[in-house]
Amino acid sequence: MKYIVKKTGTLIITLLIVSFLSFMAFSVIPGDAAKSKLGTEATKEQVEALQHEMGLDKPVLVRYGLWLKDFVTGDMGESYSYSMPVQEMIADKIPVNLTMVLMGFFIILLFSIPLGIFTASHEGGMLDRFLMTCNQVVMSVPGFFLGILITYVFGLVLKWFTPGAYVSPSENFGGFLAYLIAPSIAIALPKSAMAVKMLRSSVITQLHMDYVRTAFSRGNRTGRVLGRHVLKNALIPVLTFWAMTIADIMANSIILEQVFTIPGMGSLLITSISNRDYPVVQGIIVLIAAMVVLINFTVDILYGKIDPRIRMDA
Amino acid sequence: MRKDRKNKSGNLIIGASLAGFMLLFLLIGLLYTPYDPDAMSGGAKFAAPSLAHLFGCDQFGRDILSRVMKGTGTTFFVGAATVMIGGGIGLLVGAFTGYFGGWLDEILMRFNDAVVSFPSILLALVFISILGPGKYNVILALGVVFIPSFARMTRSEFISQREMDYVKSARLMGASHLRIMFIHILPNTLPTVLATAAIGFNNAVLAEAGMSYLGIGVQPPDASLGRMLSESQAYLATAPWCALFPGVAVILLALGFSLLSDGLQKKGGK
Repeated sequence: MKYIVKKTGTLIITLLIVSFLSFMAFSVIPGDAAKSKLGTEATKEQVEALQHEMGLDKPVLVRYGLWLKDFVTGDMGESYSYSMPVQEMIADKIPVNLTMVLMGFFIILLFSIPLGIFTASHEGGMLDRFLMTCNQVVMSVPGFFLGILITYVFGLVLKWFTPGAYVSPSENFGGFLAYLIAPSIAIALPKSAMAVKMLRSSVITQLHMDYVRTAFSRGNRTGRVLGRHVLKNALIPVLTFWAMTIADIMANSIILEQVFTIPGMGSLLITSISNRDYPVVQGIIVLIAAMVVLINFTVDILYGKIDPRIRMDA
Repeated sequence: MRKDRKNKSGNLIIGASLAGFMLLFLLIGLLYTPYDPDAMSGGAKFAAPSLAHLFGCDQFGRDILSRVMKGTGTTFFVGAATVMIGGGIGLLVGAFTGYFGGWLDEILMRFNDAVVSFPSILLALVFISILGPGKYNVILALGVVFIPSFARMTRSEFISQREMDYVKSARLMGASHLRIMFIHILPNTLPTVLATAAIGFNNAVLAEAGMSYLGIGVQPPDASLGRMLSESQAYLATAPWCALFPGVAVILLALGFSLLSDGLQKKGGK
Protein backbone atom coordinates (compact mmCIF):
# COMPACT_ATOMS: atom_id res chain seq x y z
CA MET A 1 0.00 0.00 0.00
CA LYS A 2 2.82 2.34 0.96
CA TYR A 3 4.42 1.48 -2.37
CA ILE A 4 1.33 2.51 -4.33
CA VAL A 5 1.02 5.77 -2.40
CA LYS A 6 4.64 6.59 -3.06
CA LYS A 7 4.32 5.79 -6.77
CA THR A 8 1.15 7.85 -7.02
CA GLY A 9 3.04 10.76 -5.51
CA THR A 10 5.76 10.39 -8.13
CA LEU A 11 3.09 10.15 -10.82
CA ILE A 12 1.50 13.44 -9.81
CA ILE A 13 4.85 15.22 -9.59
CA THR A 14 5.90 13.93 -13.01
CA LEU A 15 2.59 14.93 -14.57
CA LEU A 16 2.95 18.44 -13.07
CA ILE A 17 6.53 18.78 -14.34
CA VAL A 18 5.64 17.57 -17.82
CA SER A 19 2.58 19.80 -18.12
CA PHE A 20 4.38 22.82 -16.70
CA LEU A 21 7.28 22.36 -19.11
CA SER A 22 5.00 22.07 -22.11
CA PHE A 23 3.03 25.07 -20.92
CA MET A 24 6.19 27.11 -20.45
CA ALA A 25 7.63 25.99 -23.77
CA PHE A 26 4.71 27.52 -25.59
CA SER A 27 4.59 30.66 -23.44
CA VAL A 28 8.12 31.81 -24.27
CA ILE A 29 7.45 31.87 -28.00
CA PRO A 30 8.42 35.23 -29.46
CA GLY A 31 5.31 37.18 -30.45
CA ASP A 32 2.36 36.19 -28.32
CA ALA A 33 -0.81 34.38 -29.19
CA ALA A 34 -2.99 37.49 -29.40
CA LYS A 35 -0.75 39.07 -32.04
CA SER A 36 -0.52 35.95 -34.15
CA LYS A 37 -4.26 35.50 -33.98
CA LEU A 38 -5.06 39.04 -35.08
CA GLY A 39 -2.36 39.27 -37.74
CA THR A 40 0.05 42.12 -38.42
CA GLU A 41 -2.53 44.79 -39.15
CA ALA A 42 -4.07 44.90 -35.68
CA THR A 43 -3.83 48.07 -33.64
CA LYS A 44 -2.22 48.16 -30.23
CA GLU A 45 -5.60 48.56 -28.51
CA GLN A 46 -7.05 45.55 -30.29
CA VAL A 47 -4.08 43.42 -29.27
CA GLU A 48 -4.34 44.56 -25.66
CA ALA A 49 -8.07 43.90 -25.57
CA LEU A 50 -7.60 40.39 -26.90
CA GLN A 51 -4.67 39.78 -24.57
CA HIS A 52 -6.96 40.70 -21.70
CA GLU A 53 -9.72 38.50 -23.06
CA MET A 54 -7.36 35.53 -23.46
CA GLY A 55 -5.90 36.19 -20.02
CA LEU A 56 -2.42 36.81 -21.41
CA ASP A 57 -1.83 39.82 -19.12
CA LYS A 58 -1.87 37.65 -15.99
CA PRO A 59 1.31 36.27 -14.36
CA VAL A 60 2.66 33.00 -15.78
CA LEU A 61 1.87 30.83 -12.76
CA VAL A 62 -1.73 32.03 -12.66
CA ARG A 63 -2.07 31.31 -16.37
CA TYR A 64 -0.58 27.86 -15.87
CA GLY A 65 -3.08 27.15 -13.09
CA LEU A 66 -6.02 28.28 -15.21
CA TRP A 67 -4.78 26.35 -18.22
CA LEU A 68 -4.28 23.20 -16.14
CA LYS A 69 -7.76 23.49 -14.67
CA ASP A 70 -9.25 23.81 -18.16
CA PHE A 71 -7.14 20.97 -19.51
CA VAL A 72 -8.13 18.56 -16.76
CA THR A 73 -11.80 19.36 -17.31
CA GLY A 74 -11.35 18.62 -21.01
CA ASP A 75 -11.03 22.13 -22.42
CA MET A 76 -7.80 22.29 -24.40
CA GLY A 77 -8.29 25.73 -25.87
CA GLU A 78 -9.13 26.81 -29.39
CA SER A 79 -7.17 26.22 -32.58
CA TYR A 80 -5.82 29.42 -34.20
CA SER A 81 -6.23 28.18 -37.75
CA TYR A 82 -9.61 26.47 -37.52
CA SER A 83 -11.25 28.40 -34.65
CA MET A 84 -12.42 25.07 -33.31
CA PRO A 85 -12.00 23.59 -29.82
CA VAL A 86 -8.82 21.51 -29.82
CA GLN A 87 -10.41 18.60 -27.98
CA GLU A 88 -12.99 18.22 -30.77
CA MET A 89 -10.25 18.10 -33.39
CA ILE A 90 -8.31 15.47 -31.47
CA ALA A 91 -11.13 13.32 -30.14
CA ASP A 92 -11.84 11.23 -33.24
CA LYS A 93 -8.12 10.85 -34.00
CA ILE A 94 -7.07 9.33 -30.69
CA PRO A 95 -8.66 5.90 -31.38
CA VAL A 96 -6.73 5.64 -34.66
CA ASN A 97 -3.36 6.02 -32.93
CA LEU A 98 -4.34 3.93 -29.94
CA THR A 99 -5.37 1.09 -32.25
CA MET A 100 -2.02 1.31 -34.04
CA VAL A 101 -0.16 1.30 -30.73
CA LEU A 102 -2.11 -1.67 -29.38
CA MET A 103 -1.68 -3.67 -32.58
CA GLY A 104 2.00 -2.77 -32.70
CA PHE A 105 2.47 -3.80 -29.10
CA PHE A 106 0.68 -7.09 -29.68
CA ILE A 107 2.94 -7.83 -32.65
CA ILE A 108 6.00 -7.07 -30.53
CA LEU A 109 4.90 -9.59 -27.91
CA LEU A 110 4.07 -12.11 -30.62
CA PHE A 111 7.57 -11.91 -32.10
CA SER A 112 9.77 -11.23 -29.13
CA ILE A 113 8.67 -13.74 -26.50
CA PRO A 114 9.10 -16.94 -28.57
CA LEU A 115 12.20 -15.67 -30.38
CA GLY A 116 13.83 -14.37 -27.20
CA ILE A 117 13.34 -17.66 -25.36
CA PHE A 118 14.35 -19.73 -28.36
CA THR A 119 17.59 -17.86 -29.07
CA ALA A 120 18.52 -17.81 -25.38
CA SER A 121 18.04 -21.54 -24.92
CA HIS A 122 20.07 -22.21 -28.08
CA GLU A 123 22.78 -19.69 -27.21
CA GLY A 124 25.78 -19.87 -29.50
CA GLY A 125 24.12 -22.25 -31.95
CA MET A 126 23.95 -21.65 -35.68
CA LEU A 127 20.30 -20.63 -35.70
CA ASP A 128 20.79 -18.33 -32.71
CA ARG A 129 23.68 -16.58 -34.42
CA PHE A 130 21.78 -16.25 -37.67
CA LEU A 131 18.70 -14.86 -35.91
CA MET A 132 20.76 -12.45 -33.83
CA THR A 133 22.49 -11.14 -36.95
CA CYS A 134 19.13 -10.52 -38.63
CA ASN A 135 18.00 -8.96 -35.39
CA GLN A 136 20.86 -6.49 -35.35
CA VAL A 137 20.07 -5.40 -38.90
CA VAL A 138 16.33 -5.01 -38.27
CA MET A 139 17.08 -2.85 -35.21
CA SER A 140 18.78 -0.29 -37.42
CA VAL A 141 15.98 0.06 -39.95
CA PRO A 142 13.98 3.25 -39.40
CA GLY A 143 10.28 2.38 -39.06
CA PHE A 144 9.19 4.68 -41.87
CA PHE A 145 11.63 3.10 -44.33
CA LEU A 146 10.29 -0.30 -43.33
CA GLY A 147 6.86 1.15 -44.03
CA ILE A 148 7.95 2.20 -47.52
CA LEU A 149 9.45 -1.25 -48.16
CA ILE A 150 6.25 -2.95 -47.00
CA THR A 151 4.19 -0.63 -49.20
CA TYR A 152 6.35 -1.54 -52.18
CA VAL A 153 6.63 -5.30 -51.67
CA PHE A 154 3.20 -6.15 -50.24
CA GLY A 155 1.19 -3.24 -51.59
CA LEU A 156 2.52 -2.61 -55.08
CA VAL A 157 4.19 -5.88 -56.13
CA LEU A 158 2.16 -8.55 -54.34
CA LYS A 159 -1.00 -6.39 -54.09
CA TRP A 160 -2.00 -7.74 -50.67
CA PHE A 161 -3.38 -4.33 -49.76
CA THR A 162 -3.98 -1.02 -51.52
CA PRO A 163 -1.61 1.69 -50.29
CA GLY A 164 -3.46 4.86 -49.34
CA ALA A 165 -6.90 3.21 -49.23
CA TYR A 166 -7.56 4.05 -45.59
CA VAL A 167 -10.92 2.97 -44.24
CA SER A 168 -12.41 4.96 -41.37
CA PRO A 169 -13.50 2.86 -38.38
CA SER A 170 -17.08 4.19 -38.41
CA GLU A 171 -17.43 3.05 -42.01
CA ASN A 172 -16.05 -0.45 -41.75
CA PHE A 173 -14.29 -1.49 -38.57
CA GLY A 174 -12.88 -4.71 -40.02
CA GLY A 175 -11.44 -2.88 -43.02
CA PHE A 176 -9.98 -0.26 -40.69
CA LEU A 177 -8.16 -2.91 -38.67
CA ALA A 178 -6.99 -4.68 -41.81
CA TYR A 179 -5.51 -1.46 -43.20
CA LEU A 180 -3.65 -0.82 -39.94
CA ILE A 181 -1.88 -4.20 -40.01
CA ALA A 182 0.87 -3.09 -42.38
CA PRO A 183 1.77 0.14 -40.50
CA SER A 184 1.61 -1.70 -37.18
CA ILE A 185 4.11 -4.26 -38.42
CA ALA A 186 6.36 -1.47 -39.64
CA ILE A 187 6.24 0.15 -36.20
CA ALA A 188 6.66 -3.11 -34.35
CA LEU A 189 9.49 -4.89 -36.17
CA PRO A 190 12.47 -2.72 -35.13
CA LYS A 191 11.16 -2.65 -31.55
CA SER A 192 10.61 -6.42 -31.57
CA ALA A 193 14.23 -6.85 -32.55
CA MET A 194 15.29 -4.82 -29.52
CA ALA A 195 12.89 -6.75 -27.30
CA VAL A 196 14.30 -10.08 -28.54
CA LYS A 197 17.78 -8.89 -27.67
CA MET A 198 16.72 -7.78 -24.17
CA LEU A 199 14.74 -10.91 -23.42
CA ARG A 200 17.50 -13.16 -24.73
CA SER A 201 20.16 -11.66 -22.51
CA SER A 202 17.79 -11.63 -19.55
CA VAL A 203 16.90 -15.32 -20.01
CA ILE A 204 20.59 -16.18 -20.39
CA THR A 205 21.42 -14.43 -17.12
CA GLN A 206 18.68 -16.40 -15.38
CA LEU A 207 19.80 -19.70 -16.91
CA HIS A 208 23.13 -19.36 -15.10
CA MET A 209 21.43 -19.01 -11.70
CA ASP A 210 21.57 -21.70 -9.05
CA TYR A 211 17.83 -22.19 -8.89
CA VAL A 212 17.83 -23.26 -12.53
CA ARG A 213 20.42 -25.94 -11.80
CA THR A 214 18.33 -27.06 -8.86
CA ALA A 215 15.23 -27.22 -11.03
CA PHE A 216 17.09 -29.32 -13.61
CA SER A 217 18.59 -31.58 -10.96
CA ARG A 218 15.12 -32.36 -9.72
CA GLY A 219 14.40 -33.87 -13.08
CA ASN A 220 12.40 -31.10 -14.75
CA ARG A 221 12.39 -30.90 -18.51
CA THR A 222 13.87 -27.87 -20.28
CA GLY A 223 10.48 -26.59 -21.37
CA ARG A 224 9.12 -26.74 -17.85
CA VAL A 225 12.15 -25.02 -16.32
CA LEU A 226 11.95 -22.27 -18.91
CA GLY A 227 8.22 -21.81 -18.67
CA ARG A 228 7.67 -22.14 -14.94
CA HIS A 229 10.86 -20.81 -13.42
CA VAL A 230 13.01 -18.80 -15.79
CA LEU A 231 10.46 -16.82 -17.75
CA LYS A 232 8.87 -15.29 -14.67
CA ASN A 233 12.19 -13.89 -13.48
CA ALA A 234 13.49 -13.02 -16.91
CA LEU A 235 10.45 -10.91 -17.75
CA ILE A 236 11.01 -8.44 -14.90
CA PRO A 237 13.72 -6.30 -16.54
CA VAL A 238 12.01 -6.65 -19.93
CA LEU A 239 8.80 -5.19 -18.53
CA THR A 240 10.40 -1.76 -18.16
CA PHE A 241 11.61 -2.00 -21.71
CA TRP A 242 8.10 -2.80 -22.95
CA ALA A 243 6.72 0.21 -21.13
CA MET A 244 9.29 2.43 -22.80
CA THR A 245 8.42 0.78 -26.10
CA ILE A 246 4.81 1.89 -25.83
CA ALA A 247 5.96 5.49 -25.61
CA ASP A 248 8.19 4.94 -28.62
CA ILE A 249 5.60 3.24 -30.79
CA MET A 250 3.22 6.05 -29.93
CA ALA A 251 5.76 8.52 -31.32
CA ASN A 252 6.49 6.29 -34.30
CA SER A 253 2.81 5.91 -35.14
CA ILE A 254 2.91 9.63 -35.87
CA ILE A 255 5.56 9.12 -38.55
CA LEU A 256 4.03 5.93 -39.93
CA GLU A 257 0.74 7.77 -40.41
CA GLN A 258 2.44 9.84 -43.09
CA VAL A 259 3.79 6.75 -44.87
CA PHE A 260 0.39 5.09 -45.08
CA THR A 261 -1.66 8.33 -45.35
CA ILE A 262 -3.67 7.64 -42.22
CA PRO A 263 -5.52 10.67 -40.82
CA GLY A 264 -4.53 10.43 -37.16
CA MET A 265 -3.04 12.71 -34.53
CA GLY A 266 0.29 12.76 -36.35
CA SER A 267 -0.87 14.47 -39.52
CA LEU A 268 -2.75 16.99 -37.38
CA LEU A 269 0.38 17.57 -35.29
CA ILE A 270 2.61 18.08 -38.32
CA THR A 271 0.25 20.53 -40.05
CA SER A 272 -0.20 22.39 -36.78
CA ILE A 273 3.55 22.68 -36.32
CA SER A 274 3.91 24.05 -39.85
CA ASN A 275 1.01 26.51 -39.27
CA ARG A 276 2.29 27.44 -35.80
CA ASP A 277 -1.08 26.48 -34.41
CA TYR A 278 0.25 26.23 -30.86
CA PRO A 279 -2.89 25.26 -28.91
CA VAL A 280 -3.26 22.15 -31.07
CA VAL A 281 0.43 21.24 -30.78
CA GLN A 282 0.30 21.80 -27.03
CA GLY A 283 -2.87 19.75 -26.61
CA ILE A 284 -1.52 16.77 -28.53
CA ILE A 285 1.88 16.85 -26.85
CA VAL A 286 0.50 17.10 -23.32
CA LEU A 287 -2.04 14.38 -24.04
CA ILE A 288 0.62 11.99 -25.32
CA ALA A 289 2.89 12.89 -22.40
CA ALA A 290 0.11 12.16 -19.94
CA MET A 291 -0.58 8.80 -21.60
CA VAL A 292 3.09 7.86 -21.49
CA VAL A 293 3.41 8.80 -17.82
CA LEU A 294 0.26 6.85 -16.97
CA ILE A 295 1.55 3.77 -18.78
CA ASN A 296 4.82 3.96 -16.85
CA PHE A 297 2.86 4.29 -13.62
CA THR A 298 0.82 1.19 -14.43
CA VAL A 299 3.96 -0.77 -15.17
CA ASP A 300 5.53 0.35 -11.88
CA ILE A 301 2.48 -0.87 -10.00
CA LEU A 302 2.49 -4.19 -11.91
CA TYR A 303 6.16 -4.48 -11.14
CA GLY A 304 5.53 -4.33 -7.42
CA LYS A 305 2.78 -6.92 -7.80
CA ILE A 306 4.99 -9.35 -9.72
CA ASP A 307 8.15 -8.89 -7.72
CA PRO A 308 7.57 -8.13 -4.02
CA ARG A 309 11.27 -7.31 -3.57
CA ILE A 310 10.75 -4.05 -5.47
CA ARG A 311 7.89 -3.07 -3.19
CA MET A 312 10.13 -3.62 -0.16
CA ASP A 313 12.95 -1.52 -1.58
CA ALA A 314 10.75 1.45 -2.20
CA MET B 1 33.25 -18.97 -23.44
CA ARG B 2 35.70 -18.83 -26.28
CA LYS B 3 32.90 -18.54 -28.77
CA ASP B 4 31.67 -15.58 -26.79
CA ARG B 5 34.98 -13.80 -26.95
CA LYS B 6 35.19 -14.27 -30.68
CA ASN B 7 31.77 -12.73 -31.02
CA LYS B 8 32.81 -9.78 -28.85
CA SER B 9 35.52 -8.46 -31.10
CA GLY B 10 33.46 -9.54 -34.14
CA ASN B 11 30.84 -6.90 -33.50
CA LEU B 12 33.48 -4.27 -32.91
CA ILE B 13 35.31 -5.09 -36.13
CA ILE B 14 32.22 -5.28 -38.33
CA GLY B 15 30.80 -2.13 -36.75
CA ALA B 16 34.04 -0.23 -37.12
CA SER B 17 34.45 -1.26 -40.76
CA LEU B 18 30.84 -0.39 -41.62
CA ALA B 19 31.11 2.98 -39.89
CA GLY B 20 34.49 3.54 -41.53
CA PHE B 21 33.08 2.68 -44.94
CA MET B 22 30.20 5.12 -44.55
CA LEU B 23 32.62 7.77 -43.30
CA LEU B 24 34.82 7.26 -46.34
CA PHE B 25 31.74 7.38 -48.57
CA LEU B 26 30.63 10.74 -47.22
CA LEU B 27 34.17 12.18 -47.10
CA ILE B 28 34.54 11.37 -50.79
CA GLY B 29 31.14 12.99 -51.26
CA LEU B 30 32.49 16.23 -49.78
CA LEU B 31 35.29 16.39 -52.36
CA TYR B 32 33.87 14.62 -55.36
CA THR B 33 30.47 13.45 -56.55
CA PRO B 34 29.98 11.77 -59.95
CA TYR B 35 27.43 14.45 -60.93
CA ASP B 36 26.32 17.77 -59.49
CA PRO B 37 23.76 16.59 -56.88
CA ASP B 38 21.37 19.42 -57.80
CA ALA B 39 21.80 19.36 -61.58
CA MET B 40 18.52 18.45 -63.25
CA SER B 41 18.37 16.67 -66.55
CA GLY B 42 15.14 16.06 -68.44
CA GLY B 43 16.56 13.15 -70.41
CA ALA B 44 17.65 11.22 -67.33
CA LYS B 45 14.29 11.53 -65.56
CA PHE B 46 13.63 8.30 -63.61
CA ALA B 47 16.61 6.61 -65.26
CA ALA B 48 17.00 3.13 -63.78
CA PRO B 49 20.32 2.23 -62.16
CA SER B 50 22.95 1.77 -64.87
CA LEU B 51 26.69 2.18 -65.35
CA ALA B 52 26.27 5.92 -66.00
CA HIS B 53 24.04 6.39 -62.94
CA LEU B 54 24.84 3.61 -60.49
CA PHE B 55 21.87 4.37 -58.22
CA GLY B 56 19.60 5.70 -60.99
CA CYS B 57 17.97 9.15 -61.21
CA ASP B 58 15.05 10.84 -59.47
CA GLN B 59 11.98 12.71 -60.74
CA PHE B 60 14.09 15.67 -61.91
CA GLY B 61 16.80 13.51 -63.45
CA ARG B 62 19.21 14.21 -60.59
CA ASP B 63 21.85 11.53 -59.96
CA ILE B 64 20.81 9.60 -56.84
CA LEU B 65 24.33 8.39 -55.97
CA SER B 66 25.56 11.98 -55.76
CA ARG B 67 22.54 13.01 -53.71
CA VAL B 68 22.92 10.07 -51.32
CA MET B 69 26.58 11.05 -50.84
CA LYS B 70 25.60 14.61 -49.92
CA GLY B 71 22.65 13.47 -47.83
CA THR B 72 24.77 11.01 -45.84
CA GLY B 73 27.11 13.92 -45.14
CA THR B 74 24.26 16.06 -43.76
CA THR B 75 22.88 13.21 -41.67
CA PHE B 76 26.30 12.40 -40.28
CA PHE B 77 26.95 16.03 -39.47
CA VAL B 78 23.63 16.36 -37.63
CA GLY B 79 24.30 13.13 -35.72
CA ALA B 80 27.84 14.09 -34.74
CA ALA B 81 26.90 17.63 -33.70
CA THR B 82 23.97 16.31 -31.67
CA VAL B 83 26.25 13.93 -29.79
CA MET B 84 28.72 16.76 -29.15
CA ILE B 85 26.04 19.01 -27.64
CA GLY B 86 24.02 16.36 -25.82
CA GLY B 87 27.04 14.29 -24.84
CA GLY B 88 29.18 17.24 -23.78
CA ILE B 89 26.58 18.87 -21.55
CA GLY B 90 25.22 15.52 -20.36
CA LEU B 91 28.71 14.40 -19.41
CA LEU B 92 29.29 17.54 -17.33
CA VAL B 93 25.91 17.32 -15.59
CA GLY B 94 26.35 13.60 -14.93
CA ALA B 95 29.92 14.01 -13.68
CA PHE B 96 29.05 16.77 -11.20
CA THR B 97 25.81 15.25 -9.90
CA GLY B 98 27.32 11.78 -9.65
CA TYR B 99 30.50 12.94 -7.94
CA PHE B 100 29.01 15.41 -5.47
CA GLY B 101 25.47 14.05 -5.00
CA GLY B 102 23.31 16.17 -2.67
CA TRP B 103 20.01 17.95 -3.19
CA LEU B 104 20.86 19.38 -6.59
CA ASP B 105 21.49 15.83 -7.77
CA GLU B 106 18.13 14.76 -6.36
CA ILE B 107 16.24 17.55 -8.14
CA LEU B 108 18.04 17.13 -11.44
CA MET B 109 17.45 13.40 -11.46
CA ARG B 110 13.71 13.76 -10.74
CA PHE B 111 13.58 16.17 -13.65
CA ASN B 112 15.63 13.74 -15.73
CA ASP B 113 13.23 10.89 -15.01
CA ALA B 114 10.34 12.96 -16.30
CA VAL B 115 12.16 13.84 -19.51
CA VAL B 116 13.66 10.41 -20.20
CA SER B 117 10.28 8.70 -20.04
CA PHE B 118 9.10 10.87 -22.91
CA PRO B 119 9.72 9.78 -26.53
CA SER B 120 12.67 11.82 -27.78
CA ILE B 121 11.31 12.53 -31.24
CA LEU B 122 8.20 14.16 -29.77
CA LEU B 123 10.30 16.33 -27.52
CA ALA B 124 12.36 17.35 -30.52
CA LEU B 125 9.11 18.19 -32.34
CA VAL B 126 8.19 20.57 -29.50
CA PHE B 127 11.50 22.37 -29.98
CA ILE B 128 11.10 22.46 -33.74
CA SER B 129 7.60 23.88 -33.46
CA ILE B 130 9.05 26.74 -31.42
CA LEU B 131 12.36 27.25 -33.24
CA GLY B 132 11.19 26.41 -36.75
CA PRO B 133 12.74 23.76 -39.04
CA GLY B 134 16.28 23.75 -40.45
CA LYS B 135 19.55 21.91 -40.00
CA TYR B 136 20.86 23.87 -37.02
CA ASN B 137 17.54 23.87 -35.17
CA VAL B 138 17.34 20.09 -35.58
CA ILE B 139 20.81 19.78 -34.07
CA LEU B 140 19.85 22.07 -31.19
CA ALA B 141 16.58 20.25 -30.55
CA LEU B 142 18.08 16.76 -30.68
CA GLY B 143 21.11 17.85 -28.67
CA VAL B 144 18.98 19.19 -25.83
CA VAL B 145 16.75 16.12 -25.98
CA PHE B 146 19.73 13.79 -25.58
CA ILE B 147 21.25 15.52 -22.53
CA PRO B 148 19.26 13.54 -19.90
CA SER B 149 20.21 10.07 -21.12
CA PHE B 150 23.89 10.99 -21.22
CA ALA B 151 23.69 12.64 -17.81
CA ARG B 152 22.06 9.57 -16.31
CA MET B 153 24.64 7.19 -17.75
CA THR B 154 27.65 9.27 -16.70
CA ARG B 155 26.16 9.86 -13.27
CA SER B 156 25.79 6.17 -12.49
CA GLU B 157 29.35 5.54 -13.67
CA PHE B 158 30.70 8.32 -11.44
CA ILE B 159 28.73 7.06 -8.46
CA SER B 160 30.21 3.59 -8.78
CA GLN B 161 33.73 4.99 -9.21
CA ARG B 162 33.79 7.67 -6.53
CA GLU B 163 34.04 5.25 -3.60
CA MET B 164 36.87 3.25 -5.16
CA ASP B 165 40.26 3.08 -3.49
CA TYR B 166 42.14 4.88 -6.22
CA VAL B 167 39.85 7.87 -5.83
CA LYS B 168 40.36 7.87 -2.06
CA SER B 169 44.13 7.73 -2.38
CA ALA B 170 44.11 10.49 -4.97
CA ARG B 171 42.11 12.56 -2.51
CA LEU B 172 44.61 11.78 0.28
CA MET B 173 47.39 12.96 -1.97
CA GLY B 174 45.61 16.29 -2.13
CA ALA B 175 44.26 16.19 -5.68
CA SER B 176 41.51 18.72 -6.33
CA HIS B 177 37.96 17.58 -7.06
CA LEU B 178 38.16 18.67 -10.68
CA ARG B 179 41.41 16.81 -11.14
CA ILE B 180 39.97 13.64 -9.61
CA MET B 181 36.84 13.90 -11.75
CA PHE B 182 38.42 14.49 -15.10
CA ILE B 183 41.95 13.08 -14.85
CA HIS B 184 41.29 10.05 -12.65
CA ILE B 185 37.66 8.99 -12.97
CA LEU B 186 36.77 10.01 -16.52
CA PRO B 187 39.24 7.68 -18.31
CA ASN B 188 37.75 4.74 -16.40
CA THR B 189 34.26 5.57 -17.57
CA LEU B 190 35.35 5.92 -21.18
CA PRO B 191 34.06 2.56 -22.53
CA THR B 192 30.56 3.28 -21.21
CA VAL B 193 30.64 6.90 -22.30
CA LEU B 194 31.78 5.96 -25.80
CA ALA B 195 29.14 3.24 -26.08
CA THR B 196 26.48 5.73 -24.98
CA ALA B 197 27.78 8.22 -27.53
CA ALA B 198 27.51 5.61 -30.28
CA ILE B 199 23.92 4.79 -29.29
CA GLY B 200 23.17 8.51 -29.13
CA PHE B 201 24.59 8.99 -32.60
CA ASN B 202 22.46 6.12 -33.81
CA ASN B 203 19.30 7.61 -32.34
CA ALA B 204 20.18 11.02 -33.73
CA VAL B 205 20.59 9.60 -37.23
CA LEU B 206 17.21 7.85 -37.06
CA ALA B 207 15.52 10.89 -35.50
CA GLU B 208 16.94 13.27 -38.10
CA ALA B 209 15.84 10.98 -40.92
CA GLY B 210 12.37 10.76 -39.38
CA MET B 211 12.02 14.50 -38.90
CA SER B 212 13.27 15.31 -42.38
CA TYR B 213 10.91 12.68 -43.72
CA LEU B 214 8.05 14.55 -42.03
CA GLY B 215 9.26 17.74 -43.72
CA ILE B 216 10.12 19.55 -40.50
CA GLY B 217 13.78 18.60 -40.30
CA VAL B 218 16.59 19.58 -42.62
CA GLN B 219 15.33 21.96 -45.32
CA PRO B 220 16.44 22.33 -48.95
CA PRO B 221 18.95 23.19 -50.38
CA ASP B 222 20.61 20.90 -47.79
CA ALA B 223 20.41 17.35 -49.12
CA SER B 224 18.80 14.96 -46.66
CA LEU B 225 18.18 11.23 -46.78
CA GLY B 226 14.86 11.56 -44.97
CA ARG B 227 13.59 14.16 -47.42
CA MET B 228 14.70 12.05 -50.39
CA LEU B 229 12.68 9.18 -48.94
CA SER B 230 9.56 11.26 -48.54
CA GLU B 231 9.84 12.64 -52.09
CA SER B 232 10.46 9.18 -53.51
CA GLN B 233 7.24 7.80 -52.09
CA ALA B 234 5.03 9.29 -54.79
CA TYR B 235 6.99 7.41 -57.47
CA LEU B 236 7.40 4.16 -55.57
CA ALA B 237 5.58 2.07 -58.18
CA THR B 238 7.61 3.31 -61.15
CA ALA B 239 10.99 4.15 -59.61
CA PRO B 240 11.58 2.13 -56.42
CA TRP B 241 15.33 2.84 -56.55
CA CYS B 242 14.63 6.44 -55.52
CA ALA B 243 13.56 5.09 -52.12
CA LEU B 244 15.87 2.10 -51.85
CA PHE B 245 19.29 3.76 -51.86
CA PRO B 246 18.72 6.58 -49.39
CA GLY B 247 17.01 4.07 -47.08
CA VAL B 248 19.93 1.65 -47.28
CA ALA B 249 22.33 4.51 -46.53
CA VAL B 250 20.43 5.33 -43.32
CA ILE B 251 20.42 1.66 -42.31
CA LEU B 252 24.15 1.19 -42.92
CA LEU B 253 24.99 4.33 -40.96
CA ALA B 254 22.81 3.27 -38.03
CA LEU B 255 23.89 -0.38 -38.16
CA GLY B 256 27.60 0.46 -38.17
CA PHE B 257 27.32 2.57 -35.05
CA SER B 258 25.00 0.20 -33.20
CA LEU B 259 27.47 -2.67 -33.71
CA LEU B 260 30.28 -0.36 -32.67
CA SER B 261 28.45 0.53 -29.47
CA ASP B 262 27.73 -3.13 -28.75
CA GLY B 263 31.34 -4.05 -29.23
CA LEU B 264 32.56 -1.21 -27.01
CA GLN B 265 30.10 -2.11 -24.27
CA LYS B 266 31.16 -5.74 -24.21
CA LYS B 267 34.81 -4.83 -24.30
CA GLY B 268 34.48 -2.38 -21.43
CA GLY B 269 32.16 -4.29 -19.15
CA LYS B 270 31.23 -7.87 -18.46
